[in-house]
Amino acid sequence: MTGVQNISSTSKSAVAIDKARAEGRAALIGYLPAGYPTVEDTIAAGIALARNGADLIEIGIPYSDPVMDGPVIQAATTEALAKGFAVRQVFDVVAGITSQTDAAVLVMTYWNPVVRMGVDEFSRRLAEAGGAGLITPDLIPDEAAEWMEASDKYGLDRVFLVAPSSSTERMKRTVEASRGFVYAVSIMGVTGARTSVSSAAKGVVAAAKEAGAERVCVGLGVSTAEQVSEIAAYADGVIVGTALVSAIRDGGVEAVASLTKDLSTGLTRK
Amino acid sequence: MAEAPTAGSDEGSVDAFLQGGSLKHAPGPYFGSYGGRWMPESLIAALDELEDTFEKAKADPDFIAQIAELNRNYSGRPSLLTEAKRFAEHAGGVRIFLKREDLNHTGSHKINNVLGQALLAKRMGKTRVIAETGAGQHGVASATAAALLGLECVVYMGAEDCRRQALNVARMELLGATVIPVTNGSQTLKDAINEALRDWVANVGNTHYLLGTAAGAHPFPAMVRYFHEVIGEEARAQIIEQAGRLPDAVCACIGGGSNAIGIFHGFLDDPSVKIYGFEAGGDGVETGRHAATITLGKPGVLHGARSYLMQDDDGQTIESHSISAGLDYPGVGPEHSYLADIGRVSYEPITDSEAMEAFRLLCRTEGIIPAIESSHALAGAIKVGQRLAAEAGDAGGASEKIVIVNLSGRGDKDVATAAEWFDLLDKDSAEAAIGKEGEQL
Repeated sequence: MTGVQNISSTSKSAVAIDKARAEGRAALIGYLPAGYPTVEDTIAAGIALARNGADLIEIGIPYSDPVMDGPVIQAATTEALAKGFAVRQVFDVVAGITSQTDAAVLVMTYWNPVVRMGVDEFSRRLAEAGGAGLITPDLIPDEAAEWMEASDKYGLDRVFLVAPSSSTERMKRTVEASRGFVYAVSIMGVTGARTSVSSAAKGVVAAAKEAGAERVCVGLGVSTAEQVSEIAAYADGVIVGTALVSAIRDGGVEAVASLTKDLSTGLTRK
Repeated sequence: MAEAPTAGSDEGSVDAFLQGGSLKHAPGPYFGSYGGRWMPESLIAALDELEDTFEKAKADPDFIAQIAELNRNYSGRPSLLTEAKRFAEHAGGVRIFLKREDLNHTGSHKINNVLGQALLAKRMGKTRVIAETGAGQHGVASATAAALLGLECVVYMGAEDCRRQALNVARMELLGATVIPVTNGSQTLKDAINEALRDWVANVGNTHYLLGTAAGAHPFPAMVRYFHEVIGEEARAQIIEQAGRLPDAVCACIGGGSNAIGIFHGFLDDPSVKIYGFEAGGDGVETGRHAATITLGKPGVLHGARSYLMQDDDGQTIESHSISAGLDYPGVGPEHSYLADIGRVSYEPITDSEAMEAFRLLCRTEGIIPAIESSHALAGAIKVGQRLAAEAGDAGGASEKIVIVNLSGRGDKDVATAAEWFDLLDKDSAEAAIGKEGEQL
């Protein structure tokens, strides 16, 4: 294995996941789109996430062409853009949350906004804001040379995705390129709450571990404490997105706080 | 978007080309710094499978024969090369030849690509194809290929486009396809592509995404070009047969760029042939309402490839505008971005007005109603012809110059739009109401 293990001790995401592990549970990772319904609300909701049981927070950058998102997140990010959300505001959100909590805060972004700002410039500003790293749904390690360099330079985590369709060879390559954790896509599909978690998820986690991953977190379709509990049995972290977006849409920051509290009851391994 | 054109900055590969290197058959995934696979990991296995199937098919005489047979006996290839003598009088007196893709089955070059990809889908054992469509041309072509080969077909189309193109929706349904209106995002072609990609991620086991242009993630740009290379190969042989030599210039319109890359490919390695791509200038590039991606865009990643892209300072995709639905796309195929940067192909904008004047001119001088898309290439050819004539001077050399225009499609679908544009309709007629809505019959 390469430098992955060495550097991971300084990874904010790894520290947060390891802390949960030390407590005998999986980590909870909550997603919120920046600027929905406002930038201030995103900061307040992020703080509420951290104070009610989330160990890591994913802040999504609203983007014009979100091919991996289902209707709920699309509607939220489209609204944020319509209200004038600017990419640089994501750094305000990250700084607003990291200044008030100990949670590791990652940014989830489609790649073009990063390209447009400049990969180095984006990385520098994210690090300055206290961010932990990036989750990149449409960037694969094959195309990530610039990001590998910038993330090393600024000490940021690189969270790439692995899927049920990933070959053994690709799984190995992606695990080696990742830092912090590996994002296991639970199902062949886009974001959105589903009634049951695909049985494929367990297999993806096992394959990622087999490929050398130290920390694997599962996302897509997770919305209830029961599903969290099911995944916590075999994964290092559980990622919840759409359910939180629905919560902030329907009940604001308070609803985010109470859903987080409820979800966190599923984390302890039985 | 009022910034100066940025094309012309890439590594000087045109030198390598002039020194005997070849620009033909570029395999991808990269064309200079463009192309690649900016795609979710979930789809990489499917792209690998497609690439593998395509590479094996290309080397398989049975596949080559199958394509040739369909081209000949189903599409009607080779398409004609027609000299447009009366039209050419308006282009400085040079000789103009039209590559008649409008005469293909379904009325455009699109059939070349859909037949090839549908055959690959069968080879992969897929039972379902999905496609995006703007005005409906690629959707109709996809539904056609699916009907011919017994595949289920689902077409994603912006809800607004569905309303405006009700007859093309009916056409697709007559051919057995299901049309799904896309109501999210800007409800245009790019959102139809987004929705098709979401479908593909979820159904990749039995589904092939039949992308309609030479854009997207590898292997799509190189593969779609491969199926359209026949245009350039035929045109090159036909002009040598009819005129005894290569042309001085080749012109095509560019949306995503599939018809253009098809005809360009035949001439890329002929240094004496100047090549021109004409983008949709809409209301004029200075207005911001256009689709002149290479002229005014900046490199970025969209729908799987790095290429020129119409985007704002935040990297959000900007809406494109053109009277021609087939050119109304804010991206462009990556090979075109490369050919622009190395200077092998010149890309220029043509406004809606210029295109419509060329449309009318071809109708009245040659008895051919062209697609509004192709009319951009015709308008560009008039400019190129006049330039060539000016270079030739007064000695009468203009009539020795030869320009080939790829007439990528027929204009039957555009009659209502044109009638409205030229104010040919009685104000109270049903057709006038349709024309106002942009219906393309």
